[in-house]
Amino acid sequence: MTLDIRTIAPSELHEEMLRLKTERQMDFLVNLVGMDWGEEGLGVIYMLESTRTGETATLKTVTADRENPFIPTVSDLWQIANIYEREVYDFFGIKFLNHPDMRRIFLREDWVGYPLRKDDKTEEENPLRMTDEPLADTTHEYFLKEDGSVGVKENTVWGKDEYVVNVGPQHPSTHGVLHMRASLDGEIVKKVGLVLGYIHRGVEKISESMTYPQLLAMTDRLDYFSAMQNRHALCMCIEKAMGLEVSERVQYIRTIMDELQRIASHLIYYACMTMDTGALTAFFYTFREREQLMKIFEDNFGGRLIMNYNTIGGVMYDILPSFVKEVKEFEKALRNRFKEYQDIYTNNVIAKGRMVGVGTISNEDAISLGLTGPVGRASGWKNDVRKRHPYAMYDKVDFTEIVRNEGDTNARHWNRMDEMLESLNIIDQLIDNIPAGEFQAKRKPIIKLPEGCFYQAVEASRGELGVFIESKGDKTPYRVHYRSSSLPLANAMDTASRGQKFADLIAIGASMDFVIPDIDR
Amino acid sequence: MGKPKIKSIPYEEFKDNETLEQMLDELNAHGANVVVTTADKLINWGRSNSVWPMNFGTSCCAIELMAMGAARFDMARFGFEVTRTSPRQADLILVCGTITNKMAPVLRRLYDQMADPKYVIAIGGCTCTGGPFTKSYHVVKGVDKILPVDVYVPGCPPRPEAFYYGMMQLQRKMKIENFLGTVNRKEKDEHKEEAEELQKKIINQEQEA
Ligand code: SF4
Repeated sequence: MTLDIRTIAPSELHEEMLRLKTERQMDFLVNLVGMDWGEEGLGVIYMLESTRTGETATLKTVTADRENPFIPTVSDLWQIANIYEREVYDFFGIKFLNHPDMRRIFLREDWVGYPLRKDDKTEEENPLRMTDEPLADTTHEYFLKEDGSVGVKENTVWGKDEYVVNVGPQHPSTHGVLHMRASLDGEIVKKVGLVLGYIHRGVEKISESMTYPQLLAMTDRLDYFSAMQNRHALCMCIEKAMGLEVSERVQYIRTIMDELQRIASHLIYYACMTMDTGALTAFFYTFREREQLMKIFEDNFGGRLIMNYNTIGGVMYDILPSFVKEVKEFEKALRNRFKEYQDIYTNNVIAKGRMVGVGTISNEDAISLGLTGPVGRASGWKNDVRKRHPYAMYDKVDFTEIVRNEGDTNARHWNRMDEMLESLNIIDQLIDNIPAGEFQAKRKPIIKLPEGCFYQAVEASRGELGVFIESKGDKTPYRVHYRSSSLPLANAMDTASRGQKFADLIAIGASMDFVIPDIDR
Repeated sequence: MGKPKIKSIPYEEFKDNETLEQMLDELNAHGANVVVTTADKLINWGRSNSVWPMNFGTSCCAIELMAMGAARFDMARFGFEVTRTSPRQADLILVCGTITNKMAPVLRRLYDQMADPKYVIAIGGCTCTGGPFTKSYHVVKGVDKILPVDVYVPGCPPRPEAFYYGMMQLQRKMKIENFLGTVNRKEKDEHKEEAEELQKKIINQEQEA
């Protein structure tokens, strides 16, 4: 099941993309992967999907020039491409023509070289720098002149008389080490810019030197609130590529675990949201239930936060005999206390004042910005991977996709609340019928994937998380890329907070619920 | 000065007592002044039971720290629940989570902003050695490359109990320190003379004007 990829020359790329977007309604840019194919050159893989027809398309473009690789931008067609292309520039040095902002995004501006190129000597050229990092106020744009040569012009990001406030990188309300720069007019936010990479661990690069079973260690640590689902995605991707079937028991267990993980994540979301809007008491309420869940995790997997549970072809351990009973107890407790959460916070008039009508994102923007998960569904976009491309047991259980149309913080908040109940419903349907069977399929000790590109997405707690693997038939992957679920969410901060009060910036950020290591990878 | 005590936990149950004993020997070698040691003991008792940590959480390990603030683990029992987010109010920095090359100068600056006496605890494999990401081009292989670390708590992530153990080890260390005269003025201010000269200059200028 390799991906079917069509190659297009850079010169025709923009026209073809425009055609796909308008004629075939490919309005969702799922993923954009930078590639280094060695001799063949540098390039980009684009994955598109239509939200109307569900059709998908995958294209690639290559440029042989390694010194000055130029590819036309598609950021004018899909807003999310803006940040994806900056990522590719940062890692591969591919310059995008007509892209308004060609600055590095993860690495320091004085970084030498492009780390994901196969021939890069990153470590030698980049010792640990303890000086303050430079932050430029201007940026470059490359464009084609009429005679065919490339010109450069300077664009201003932050004007001389703009009042810019830095939030982060170490700030309690950014949920990690995000650095936001907000330009203010009095108390009103005019523009938000992101400086990322404070927790960029180079996961994609180190993955290239790891065998497939070793790769599994990385996913749990990306978005640690979706540890289970991340690893599920990677395992499924590898299993699909190998043609390995997993037993029905494993499918049941994986589905239940995914949903438990989603509940744990949304409980944390609630706690963070309340904390960020100044309601610290409510924080302790969900942590109580979460600890009950952690106890189940701990007993069954031995880990609380990072479980390392899924394996290629199954799961690490079989579930304990007490598992079913404990999950049911937890379910009962959560259902009983669900009303408490809403009484103490969600229906509180102060909380409502902070949430209703704040940080609205329109449906078109949500799609163009690639906002999957509860955030996109709050803007009326049905994007649930469990419905779009069902996997594991999701096509056999009956559940509704929670969608709201307001697009504000309140809708995002309620989406998560309702999703918790929906997850309980899914678990309800499965928990009593877990079939007998093996929990780990037999497989060879050394895993090699056939040649080709593979992609598998799951619905993680914050949206679509995809794993892209290109294999050359070896024990180690040639390239691994994660379609982060949080990066688009953080990127949408600009759209959501323009014209809002500065204090609401924090509340909007909390309602996006991004996890920074997942953004930076 | 005698051996440090932690309530309800026997001395022998702690690991790495040798380091503490070595510190004690060094301290006692110079002959201790009775008045100073008694005052020290009192001050240290207070200090070690009301540590104000600054929570420097960058990734996964920080979430376990959140769990520790909540009811089941409840860090308030030990007297270090007053987590600060400003370095100027903290006397301990809890480094939880991977430190990357881009973050390193920021962390160092925060550390420099803290008032003496200050302590560092490295929580998690990442802060101890780089953890699962040691091979990465963008990860600092252990915070001890940029900060003096007092206690290491390995684990990925460490269990809350392990964290408490680390905190208690730090408390034990604080309990046997010679506070008056040593710890409370550990660092020389490099910029002191410079600053004084500058101040004089400014005052002179103002007077002339
Ligand atoms: S030690 Fe493990 S849990 Fe802690 S930050 Fe590193 S990867 Fe995450």
